[in-house]
Amino acid sequence: MSAKETVKEPSMLKQKEMIARNYDAITSAKETGRKVSSTFVPGNLNELVMSFGILNNLPEINAIQNGMRKASGPMIMDAEKRGHSEDVCTYVKADIGMMARGNIAPNGKPMPDPDVLLLSYTGCFTFMKWFELLREEYKCPTLMLHVPYEGDGHMTKNMVDYVVKQLKEVIIPGLEEVSGVKFDIDRLREYMRNSAKAEDDLVWVLETGKLKPSPIDAYFGGVYYIGPMFTAFRGTEDAVEYYKLLRKEIQYRVDNKLGPITPDGEMKDQKYRLVVEGPPNWTHFREFWKMFYDEGAVVVASTYTKVGGTYDQGFRHDETRPLESLAEYCLSCYTNRNLPDRIGMMERYINEYEADGLLTNSIKSCNSFSAGQLLMMREIERRTGKPGAFIETDLVDPRYFSAANVKNRLESYFQMIDQKRKGAKSAA
Amino acid sequence: MQSFIGIDLGSTTTKAVLMDDTGTVLGRGITNSRSNYDTACAVAKQEALINTRFTLFRQNLGHDSGDANKVEIFLEGLERNFRLVQFIEQLNDLHETCVRNTAGSRFEGKEKAVAEALGHLFDQLREDALSLFAPGAERKSDFFRDIAGSRYMHFGELVAKDTGLGFDLLLNVYDKSIIEVENRPPSGEMKNKFLEALNRVVKEGSLPFNAAEVEEPVKKALDVDIIETSVVGTGYGRVRLPFAKEFIRSEILCHGLGAHLMYPQTRTVLDIGGQDTKSIQVDPKGIVENFQMNDRCAAGCGRYLGYIADEMNMGLHELGPMAMKANKVARINSTCTVFAGAELRDRLAMGERREDILAGLHRAIILRAMSIISRSGGITDEFTFTGGVAKNEAAVRELRKLVYENYGEVTININPNSIYTGALGAAEFARRAVIN
Repeated sequence: MSAKETVKEPSMLKQKEMIARNYDAITSAKETGRKVSSTFVPGNLNELVMSFGILNNLPEINAIQNGMRKASGPMIMDAEKRGHSEDVCTYVKADIGMMARGNIAPNGKPMPDPDVLLLSYTGCFTFMKWFELLREEYKCPTLMLHVPYEGDGHMTKNMVDYVVKQLKEVIIPGLEEVSGVKFDIDRLREYMRNSAKAEDDLVWVLETGKLKPSPIDAYFGGVYYIGPMFTAFRGTEDAVEYYKLLRKEIQYRVDNKLGPITPDGEMKDQKYRLVVEGPPNWTHFREFWKMFYDEGAVVVASTYTKVGGTYDQGFRHDETRPLESLAEYCLSCYTNRNLPDRIGMMERYINEYEADGLLTNSIKSCNSFSAGQLLMMREIERRTGKPGAFIETDLVDPRYFSAANVKNRLESYFQMIDQKRKGAKSAA
Repeated sequence: MQSFIGIDLGSTTTKAVLMDDTGTVLGRGITNSRSNYDTACAVAKQEALINTRFTLFRQNLGHDSGDANKVEIFLEGLERNFRLVQFIEQLNDLHETCVRNTAGSRFEGKEKAVAEALGHLFDQLREDALSLFAPGAERKSDFFRDIAGSRYMHFGELVAKDTGLGFDLLLNVYDKSIIEVENRPPSGEMKNKFLEALNRVVKEGSLPFNAAEVEEPVKKALDVDIIETSVVGTGYGRVRLPFAKEFIRSEILCHGLGAHLMYPQTRTVLDIGGQDTKSIQVDPKGIVENFQMNDRCAAGCGRYLGYIADEMNMGLHELGPMAMKANKVARINSTCTVFAGAELRDRLAMGERREDILAGLHRAIILRAMSIISRSGGITDEFTFTGGVAKNEAAVRELRKLVYENYGEVTININPNSIYTGALGAAEFARRAVIN
């Protein structure tokens, strides 16, 4: 890394502090007597978990943290030594490897064993297997919420009723038992009210990608913007405040026609506007981002920022119908949508955000996300007439990031967009 | 004269194409990429300039003689002698470098003996060079490193035996020196080398012309001032090129445009290079519409064949011809370069014929390419195959079969100069940047 200081905004510092505080709360749970749940990002029931006073630990986020700190590689190799194949989801392997190495949190202290495994989203089949492995390790109760896949492109009343029934009969009694706290629907409503406030601000921020120049990068910057919303903070006052702060920062950039802040400072020249599908690579996050902003490419909309809730499609947590709203939240996550639905979303992004095309970052070890991506890209190219491109990396396995290969494809794609623009005149 | 040059820095070879302001290709040059792209770039460019001189000679001679055959005989002799002059210049450089590198504890007390042995050895190499470049002689490679290396080993062993010095000493000094020599940018002086070559070819006495008939047109062509108006670089090493960013293009765009220039009806391009396989879709103007490349590893790329050649202790160029002699195609499932070695040994152990196994390995590469093609959108008529592997007849045979099975009758273009496709596209980008 360069000796140059990385540019950080107040909202980023606030988020950093929130994450640190949460890790401190988790790693001191034994002393404070608080209970800890492990759960996943898509379809997470943070408001409900908090209403029982339970802390939320997210193994995916731990894997991402380890990836960004360049610690995931050896962890994955450890998991492979223990018999997990090379093709298995690298989030899982990073988590298994982290446990093998004493389960040390980013604050340097050991994570406590979870008191409950809350599997609140089943759209990713690997999640189930992951928790089976964790259950074997921790011998703690597992609560499983089965979320039906929106295979026909919409949710039905039956689906919502089915999820609500499970919440009432399995999840809430289970959390009561683990925490020893009686379910308080008013407490849940209060958290959900906070969620909705923050969600409004998040959507406002994400939609500024429509402006020219875009004041945000909706992928590399976007993963920071969704941080509090997708993890252990949705529903908290902290999150409401974070999004207020963020909105203010972005408003300033909008007013002054400024571009997004990158680790190297403000991005000035925006030559290409992209929509990106798929999660980012975490092990080379900075290097990967630099390949974009060095070439003047800004991401104006992304689907990854919708995996923990499709708020820009209108969903809000609704305190007036708390359980139904939680059910709808789980059902409507991006990863629970079928291919035609995802195609429709991306097509709208290309048009509404006036993008130059769709870039897919296909993840080697994530079948759940990657299946059908090439097919979707072709269809979107056909519908919009805008060129698409396909790159391949991985989530947290550093062995699957080939910088030269990715850079080559990206540069080719950007030059292809240039060529297309000049197309009518000449091929120069 | 204005000239526009495209340079394609590949992982195995570096290619250059030089064109004039009308887009007519005047010269092509190729060299091995080495570990030093700057030198590779300089050498390839110089080779293209040399080749351009020959085009100019041909033009000048053609006008006067009216006998194309005679002109070609003369030019063959001129080029052969030019290469000889160049080769001897590099041999002398290698000799000096070797002597300079005869230092250190390993050589202590033996410096003089080694220097003498080297003197003897290089005398033989210089003498031998004359026969290497004699009329009708065949050379296994055009690269200095390959020719000089194999001859050095041959004579080195003899000299070591005669002098009683260890061969390892001579080998050690060669290893140290060859990289240095190879990475030294070539001396730019061309005119005198051409004149010396002209003298030599005249002296050979088999000239189909009077000396005076050729001297004037050659000298006239040598007087043409070739100005490098614009240079565009492409290929994996492109960031190393000492050009501004706008003079660097992705090889995908260059291959697309290059294939379009060679065959304007091209809609799908397959390029199998050393480390990657690209399938590119272009529109009627040669603009890239879509592309797919191999992901994360070089499985099924040219390097795979290189590895197989090493495993079988054969030359890369011998693989295709041997595979053509297959009675049946062995089924090889893996395109993994590393697994291929294991599969190969396994098949050999089971008694399969080398020819059949090789045919299977070629098919495996093409199967892999077919998958990349289909990911990029399939094949639309016409289909142009480029890159080093397009020169391999066994690979081409498998490709034709599989294209027919999957896409029916399709025109398949393979240009004899297909290895220069990327450099051609780059040269055209250089030309358009100035002319338009």
